[in-house]
Amino acid sequence: MSKNKTTATELTRRRMLQGAAVALTATAGTALLGLSRPTATSAAVGGQEIFDEVFKGRRIQGMPMADGSGMPGMQHPGGANYMVLIDGQELHVMRNADGTWISVINHYQTFSTPRALARAAVNELRGATLAPINV
Amino acid sequence: MAVRKNQANLTAQEKRDFVNAILTLKQQGGYDPFVTTHNQFIMSDTDTTERTGHRSPSFLPWHRKFLIEFEKALQAITPTVTLPYWDWTTDRTPDASLWGPDLLGGDGTGTDGQVATGPFAYGAGNWTLTVRPDSRPYLVRTLAADTPDLPTKADVDTALAVTPYDAAPWNSSSAGFRNNLEGWTGVNIHNRVHVWVGGAMGTGMSPNDPVFWLHHCMIDRLWAGWQSRHPDQGYLPATATQNLVSLNDTMKPWNTTAPAALLDHTPFYTYDVAY
Ligand SMILES: [Cu+2]
Ligand SMILES: [Cu+2]
Repeated sequence: MSKNKTTATELTRRRMLQGAAVALTATAGTALLGLSRPTATSAAVGGQEIFDEVFKGRRIQGMPMADGSGMPGMQHPGGANYMVLIDGQELHVMRNADGTWISVINHYQTFSTPRALARAAVNELRGATLAPINV
Repeated sequence: MAVRKNQANLTAQEKRDFVNAILTLKQQGGYDPFVTTHNQFIMSDTDTTERTGHRSPSFLPWHRKFLIEFEKALQAITPTVTLPYWDWTTDRTPDASLWGPDLLGGDGTGTDGQVATGPFAYGAGNWTLTVRPDSRPYLVRTLAADTPDLPTKADVDTALAVTPYDAAPWNSSSAGFRNNLEGWTGVNIHNRVHVWVGGAMGTGMSPNDPVFWLHHCMIDRLWAGWQSRHPDQGYLPATATQNLVSLNDTMKPWNTTAPAALLDHTPFYTYDVAY
């Protein structure tokens, strides 16, 4: 893949994420860090990855969040400061002290990145949709 | 005195009583609140903030109390019922009697991984998941799919040799017995069993699978085994520590009982065979 093509792909991804971010800000009062200002072409903010891809037919997205923000009814106690969506539904995630990640779907197994965590959740869900979780 | 037995040694009548008490509790609406409570704690316990049920020293007394409350709920239905434990160091395969149609039912089958045998099969009509993380109302298991092997006796003995009870920073990165048993560090005992069963047991709503209680009963028995091996070692932290349940702090959600009142299990129940 040429360098230009790579850049174009990443720009498209960022625009998609910004679209999602605007929608979330409007509906849920969320504040996303870094997405509203231009960044380098690398899909990462504050050392945390941003991703938006289709994995096994499911759209998975990951993005850093401002502390305490999230979808309605969700809390991020302790601040994972990161949001993962599967087909637009929030996957509750948590970061461990060693930097690894877990989710409500895989709560006893650690993953090195949010993207790996999201893919694992897609595998476990086998097509099922996430349900809103009220804590 | 109530005796908690190895599930492998239950009589047919004991299996029936245990299963029927669970199904009755579920039908009466008393089961799902245990699932809700567990998930609330698992989602709010974090390494850097208040933590009570998991990834903290009170992991063991919290689950001891949680199991006592569940056992009491079953005994209100059938007074002779006690929680059995699953010794996965010996009953290590999907064809163990634990997974038989007269106790927990078998592994998930088909493309959806749905449990289709035993009293908790969705098709049997008595086990609909209502407190759940996703759209599936049926119980899913994927035995041995996400991790191939259950902890061995050697793994358990390795964890039981660790002292002290727990250590700063009192979370998932701690050295010490509690975290080695919980499984965020070391050979991984408790966490690995959740992953081995898979499906509902891998989620924050893991009590949706009744094997949750048999697994945690084994973990509770191992805590007692550690205590008997290290009589000079006590619960830590012994003094008030921010975000943690120290020895004499009462635990949420009950707010009546501190770890100090739960260290000795024998006022509540005994085990048929000590580990
Ligand atoms: Cu638990
Ligand atoms: Cu557990």
